[in-house]
Amino acid sequence: MEGAELAGKILSTWLTLVLGFILLPSVFGVSLGISEIYMKILVKTLEWATIRIEKGTPKESILKNSASVGIIQRDESPMEKGLSGLRGRDFELSDVFYFSKKGLEAIVEDEVTQRFSSEELVSWNLLTRTNVNFQYISLRLTMVWVLGVIVRYCVLLPLRVTLAFIGISLLVIGTTLVGQLPDSSLKNWLSELVHLTCCRICVRSLSGTIHYHNKQYRPQKGGICVANHTSPIDVLILTTDGCYAMVGQVHGGLMGIIQRAMVKACPHVWFERSEMKDRHLVTKRLKEHIADKKKLPILIFPEGTCINNTSVMMFKKGSFEIGGTIHPVAIKYNPQFGDAFWNSSKYNMVSYLLRMMTSWAIVCDVWYMPPMTREEGEDAVQFANRVKSAIAIQGGLTELPWDGGLKRAKVKDTLKEEQQKNYSKMIVGNGSVS
Amino acid sequence: MGSRSSHAAVIPDADSIRRETGFSQASLLRLHHRFRALDRNKKGYLSRMDLQQIGALAVNPLGDRIIESFFPDGSQQVDFPGFVRVLAHFRPVEDEDTETQDPKKPEPLNSRRNKLHYAFQLYDLDRDGKISRHEMLQVLRLMVGVQVTEEQLENIADRTVQEADEDGDGAVSFVEFTKSLEKMDVEQKMSIRILK
Repeated sequence: MEGAELAGKILSTWLTLVLGFILLPSVFGVSLGISEIYMKILVKTLEWATIRIEKGTPKESILKNSASVGIIQRDESPMEKGLSGLRGRDFELSDVFYFSKKGLEAIVEDEVTQRFSSEELVSWNLLTRTNVNFQYISLRLTMVWVLGVIVRYCVLLPLRVTLAFIGISLLVIGTTLVGQLPDSSLKNWLSELVHLTCCRICVRSLSGTIHYHNKQYRPQKGGICVANHTSPIDVLILTTDGCYAMVGQVHGGLMGIIQRAMVKACPHVWFERSEMKDRHLVTKRLKEHIADKKKLPILIFPEGTCINNTSVMMFKKGSFEIGGTIHPVAIKYNPQFGDAFWNSSKYNMVSYLLRMMTSWAIVCDVWYMPPMTREEGEDAVQFANRVKSAIAIQGGLTELPWDGGLKRAKVKDTLKEEQQKNYSKMIVGNGSVS
Repeated sequence: MGSRSSHAAVIPDADSIRRETGFSQASLLRLHHRFRALDRNKKGYLSRMDLQQIGALAVNPLGDRIIESFFPDGSQQVDFPGFVRVLAHFRPVEDEDTETQDPKKPEPLNSRRNKLHYAFQLYDLDRDGKISRHEMLQVLRLMVGVQVTEEQLENIADRTVQEADEDGDGAVSFVEFTKSLEKMDVEQKMSIRILK
């Protein structure tokens, strides 16, 4: 009897603390500063750890710091120059030199493969999962690491799971309740309140610290918001600061329940799987949505897949054909505190969330950027590239022309055909062959 | 998670590989890092599919021939020493290589002759030591895709074989190949410099 009473008391105290310190402030969008203190302690600890590691390791390991910098000297001259070029010259036996050199260069180093695995850290952040190259340095460091493990798994994880659970249930219940109301401005205000509160709770469940820059450019109603994609958490991060209409497929299970509940309170655009294939239908529905200036801005991730937050890959042109004003947003995570990248081929959703909840924190910067519209004589692809460059520059990411779909599929043959075309033009020239 | 970088102790036979290929310790470490990054399933060797996943290689018109060069003698796997052996052909020729030419040691993999031999076997599909007209046609077809007619291609192949063929056997042997390219700056065109 006593054991049960004690357990009951602990549980109720625990819940009251959580309610008081975390849930209530979330409703009002106020922060009590607990996370800030946690972050300060964390930063100091990691700095100390870095200094100790640098003292401990020999100079050789500085070698691997340039993992993201090119390791071979590249000659980026176009095919004509590389083939010692006068145009319209004939085939030579030595032409094969150029192609083999380019091929071997790609084997030694290519820009794409490295973007689909997590970024390597310059110095260890006391998480086992990032322990790529750090050997045993000292007893004190190991003790701190053990302490870190205990704190993360025994203190932070239960807290975070509780918060996530509360956040999601509140979202589903809240939106269903609000959905019962007739359409009115009260309904919109309430639905915004519910959305924002639950998102804030969920962000705290990940110990998220987000800095928003240039809030004056926050996406307005009737516009389209585009951002670079690193993980499903991107959605959470953006919706904490404003409400968006989301676009996506209808899922089953828990996601499906959440989606159905959310759409009752506020018009999101969910598609059935079969509808997604029909691009015209998708474009039509999105056009209808933004035509209504009272509806919330649409949130789209044009890359189509998760990239590891060191670069921005090709933006699919579909989102840029709808018209309307595009509000670009750049999201950059700080990998020192936790790696937010979702490697969907390696981890499923549940293990990904567990990894998130056992990291130190999720720290990121969000930059809102001035709105852009398609200019005269610019087609969708050029416009997409312009927006992509702007986001890459703002977020400090490199820009790549490759399609994120390369993660799963092989390269399209059309790209190879282009190279073949270029070469053929050279050796066959103006149709005359000697 | 990111791929693991490696210590010298982790690379098996590091010393013998270094002697055979001439790569510095630092370059060898980088290449080992890259080998492990390409080996997605951590098998310890690379298959053709691992190399085909490289986007920039898959769009290369000679991509398939280059991938084949890693699998001599019909094997299906290439381990790290085999991987480095092919890459060693593209090591830039440094002064130290030409000066200390010990007649007892085998020719370094990045000598002019070996570079030319690498290019030769990109053409020599059946590895019989000769590039026949038929093989020339097939490789040309790889490089131009569907952009050139069969007739034009045959003309180019005939002309090329005739120009290089000296003993009139209708095929280009390695010696003839070398002779026709004697003025070409092979060392510079077939070299990839790994930055320190």
